[in-house]
Amino acid sequence: MLTELEKEIVKKLQDGLPLVPEPFAVLAAELGISEEELLAAIKDLKRRGVMRRLGAALQHLKVGYTANAMVAWRVPSERIQEVGTTFSNFPEVTHCYERRTAPDWPYNIYTMIHRPQREECMAIIERMRQAVGIDDYVVLFSTAELKRTSMRYFCD
Amino acid sequence: MLLDERDRKLLDLVQKSIPLIKRPYLAIARELGMSEDEVLTRLRRLKEAGIIRRLGGIFDSRKAGYCGTLCAARVPTERITEVARVINAYPGVTHNYLREHTYNMWFTILAPSPERLQEIVTEIKAKTGIKDIREFPAVNIFKVYVTFAMDGMGHAHGTGEGDR
Repeated sequence: MLTELEKEIVKKLQDGLPLVPEPFAVLAAELGISEEELLAAIKDLKRRGVMRRLGAALQHLKVGYTANAMVAWRVPSERIQEVGTTFSNFPEVTHCYERRTAPDWPYNIYTMIHRPQREECMAIIERMRQAVGIDDYVVLFSTAELKRTSMRYFCD
Repeated sequence: MLLDERDRKLLDLVQKSIPLIKRPYLAIARELGMSEDEVLTRLRRLKEAGIIRRLGGIFDSRKAGYCGTLCAARVPTERITEVARVINAYPGVTHNYLREHTYNMWFTILAPSPERLQEIVTEIKAKTGIKDIREFPAVNIFKVYVTFAMDGMGHAHGTGEGDR
């Protein structure tokens, strides 16, 4: 779990890193700690994997990646690890999750592909299908983005 | 806005990582052969134009103590706008897409506890009257994307930094 100070640091870092020459000094002053303490705490959050990275998240619709295909695959349980790993090795696959199934919804592996063109998505899906030899899957193309934001933690 | 070569190089770099040092933008500037001032000016411009959605910490929701799920709802076409308004009003709903399927609205929810997560799903059902909402929580995460390659209009390369 996170300490109260760490939660405050997460809140600051999700608001954004100031675009000034010494951004950590600014945040440290706001938090009432030293810049060294702040940098050490952020490095620790990174080491523990709480923070994946400090960096930029892009609005991908604005950079040309308009087609987004979510593909849900029905993978035999004994092959989940192997297939999940194979899919993850496709550089075009941006997300690969195993998810809970339901009796009328047997799909357990979900992969996400963002490409400029829908045809490219289909070509990649075909290569994925051939790589694992699984024919039971559903392709869910997005037709509209209704919301896409970054989570704001510790604000509720 | 049009991105020039220097914007693309800068975007490629800042997507991956901003160094945890006193003068991070100076380090980026040196790597790209720019001045610190040019880096800051370009980043401000890219942020104002909305190309950079956010410049800051990207967190692992589960390691931050949150739980989440992917939901799929069957929403009549004529009610999409109104139902999306109810669903999107929750801060924990971070993504919501219309998709080509009988389950046509797919959204994700993050909440600080499993109880709160269930409460949100129950509330959405009550407020919208949409009963057919499926929950597909993650059992295992194989890969989470990190960056979209910008250099030379390349490919959306997901790197496996989120593996576990």
